[in-house]
Amino acid sequence: MIRILNGEVYDPINGIAGEVRNLYICDGRISSQDAGGRTIDAAGMVVMPGGVDMHCHIAGPKVNTARKLRPEDHRAHEIAKTPLSRSGTFGSVPTTFATGYRYAMMGYTTAFDAAIPPLAARHAHEELNDTPVIDKGFFLLMGNNEFIMERIAAGEKEEVRHFAAWLLQAAKGYAIKLVNPGGVELWKSRSNAHTLDDEVTGFQITPRQIIQSLAEVSEELSLPHPVHIHCNNLGIAGNWETTLETMKALEGRRGHLTHIQFHSYGGNPGESFSSKAAEMAEYVNAHPNLSVDVGQVMFGDTTSLTGDGPLGYMLHQVTGCKWVNVDIENEAGCGITPIEYKEKNSIHATQWAIGLEWFLLVQDPWRVVLTTDHPNGASFTLYPRIIRLLMDREYRKEMMRNVNQKALAQTTLPDLEREYTLNEIAIITRAGPARLLGLQDKGHLGVGACGDVTIYEKNADWEKMFAAPRYVIKDGQVLIEDGHLRGETYGRTFYVSPAYDPAIEGKIRKFFDDYYTVRYENYPVQLEHYLPRPEAIPCRV
Amino acid sequence: MIRLALKTRPDLPLEADTIRPDYFAQKTEAEIAKLPVLHGNQFCALGDFFNVRGGASDQLVLEGDLAQVKRIGTGMEYGQITIHGNAGMHLGAGMRAGEIVVFGDAGDWAGAEMCGGKIHIHGNAGHGLGGAYRGSRHGMNRGMILVEGNAGNETGSLMRRGLVAVRGDVGEFAGAFVIAGTLIVFGSLGRRAGAGMKRGTIVAYQQPELLPTFTFDCVYQPLYLRLILQTLQLEGFSIEEEWRTGAYRRYSGDLNALGKGEIFVYDQH
Repeated sequence: MIRILNGEVYDPINGIAGEVRNLYICDGRISSQDAGGRTIDAAGMVVMPGGVDMHCHIAGPKVNTARKLRPEDHRAHEIAKTPLSRSGTFGSVPTTFATGYRYAMMGYTTAFDAAIPPLAARHAHEELNDTPVIDKGFFLLMGNNEFIMERIAAGEKEEVRHFAAWLLQAAKGYAIKLVNPGGVELWKSRSNAHTLDDEVTGFQITPRQIIQSLAEVSEELSLPHPVHIHCNNLGIAGNWETTLETMKALEGRRGHLTHIQFHSYGGNPGESFSSKAAEMAEYVNAHPNLSVDVGQVMFGDTTSLTGDGPLGYMLHQVTGCKWVNVDIENEAGCGITPIEYKEKNSIHATQWAIGLEWFLLVQDPWRVVLTTDHPNGASFTLYPRIIRLLMDREYRKEMMRNVNQKALAQTTLPDLEREYTLNEIAIITRAGPARLLGLQDKGHLGVGACGDVTIYEKNADWEKMFAAPRYVIKDGQVLIEDGHLRGETYGRTFYVSPAYDPAIEGKIRKFFDDYYTVRYENYPVQLEHYLPRPEAIPCRV
Repeated sequence: MIRLALKTRPDLPLEADTIRPDYFAQKTEAEIAKLPVLHGNQFCALGDFFNVRGGASDQLVLEGDLAQVKRIGTGMEYGQITIHGNAGMHLGAGMRAGEIVVFGDAGDWAGAEMCGGKIHIHGNAGHGLGGAYRGSRHGMNRGMILVEGNAGNETGSLMRRGLVAVRGDVGEFAGAFVIAGTLIVFGSLGRRAGAGMKRGTIVAYQQPELLPTFTFDCVYQPLYLRLILQTLQLEGFSIEEEWRTGAYRRYSGDLNALGKGEIFVYDQH
């Protein structure tokens, strides 16, 4: 039991913006009753719900392969063990334990891995089980699943739905994720999807059909989180048209467009590269069915790891760095390569500016989420710096002076004067993502919510303030105090369990017998063995 | 001058990256003896393993068989280390300046990723001499390494700048993926020398088994090689007169990479 007294509370879901209030936590949840216990005097401090990262890459085979690819990154960032925490390494692709501790130290208590091939779900759960403190879950890659594409081609919408539900159950995943729909399948025959109407060879369907079918399935299954889309043509000049087409293809259905910064480019490949954030933000502002997370790029060395195989190859061609490409049979692909974002590079500077434009141009903070697509745009540890860029106009202008001026001048960033308020930051870092994910007891401090609370000591430097909270409380336990870990705990794993018609199982079994290297029986993840603290999130009614 | 004499031979490798003349320069004898070293997974004091004599100097003399003592002089920025005995792994790795002389053998990764200074090993060196650690984009970047004995595999791999000279033989993949810099081997050059090299120079005094991706260019007398050999002579390396005046066969490669690298083979005839 904990009492947090006289804090300046930011709880946007419950309409509280900076009121001085007392909070009580009892049995791990926010309570209306003062039941005593440890008292934290939060006078003059900022109190927010625990942070929620809705799109990062922290588990599963691609993350692990990236770790293996970058020993030099780990060598430079060793973490020694302490009596309470394990040793590890940091860098752009940290070890599982280091990931959990660092999220906690930053006041984040929930994170979702955004791209797990169902075939590797068991591996992802194992890694998440070794990720301390935070609650977690993952999205399942379905945009290039051969069974789904075959059923779409056959016009069997019902079967797509039953299969998607079966897959979510079998893998214990949380939402449907599309990555370069159709394009990754095409990449397996050395091609790619360049428009929504390119034919996916061998299936006679188009990316548009995949997007529409799975957006529909997501709605029909009433999943807590809508379809999570990584559009086609990521990183390619002129891709904004594809992105806009994707938004339109949703036809009013709910959809979350992820790391939108990487999909907002004008110009022509090899010739010009510009920002189309302003035009696109206008479209998003006018369409309440859409939400985005930014995927902000920050300057420095990082690792690009993506389910978008052809993108990995493109980056490898551009940087000349070492590269891994993986084909995940029947389901997905993967590309990994190190990348360094440089301030003076005109493309990188434009990417940096586009991310900030998105934050500043989307009017409704509930529909834009702070992410870096960790580690693709930057490490999640840079969130506090992004917060400072959003809250402190002077700092932003100072940083703008360091980047490629020619590139910067072609964006609207120099004209944007908006500054985020603490309440808006609370929305884009916790309340908003929690609501978009459909997590009822996360991202707010109302009675019955999880006892995840972050308490910051005020500091004129917002980066310092958000980088080192004074207290981080997880499920009613004080875990971080003055930057030191005070206890070890393991969070819950969220998953969904939508209903499906068991008649589909026979067809799936046959598909497995014909095409998979694993047996149908060995494919599903056993709840009792792989999810020590499972929590099924009910599908919306 | 500071003398460190090994009194207890560690039964586990000793991670002693605190043995650095630039760390010792401002410390007293007692302070030096208290510096931490990692013995297996336990922190101990330097004084537990060494008799320390003297303080406040950047001239350091080590005595005893230090084959189990790793990371001596890693990252050092100035000063001199003289080792009467063998040295363990990672000797002078990442050093920026200063000098290390070993009257004995050195372990693997001596001078790996160093970016200045000089290492002179009078015995043999191990693998990865002046090389790049796994995953790094470049190895040695400036500095000089002289070895009187033999060296192991991956000598000077991914070298960016600098000079490595080995009196004896080297193992496989010498100068692999070299970006620039010079590797001179007076003994035999192992297989796959210069694999993937972009630029840079490898000089051999015995005909090596070259990769098929190296092509013969010509026979000539490279002038700058005379200067390098003269420098080596000034450093106490004995150089025969005909090496300076003789002709060399030039091969360029690796054509699988940029192909601007060169392997010179001394032409006896």
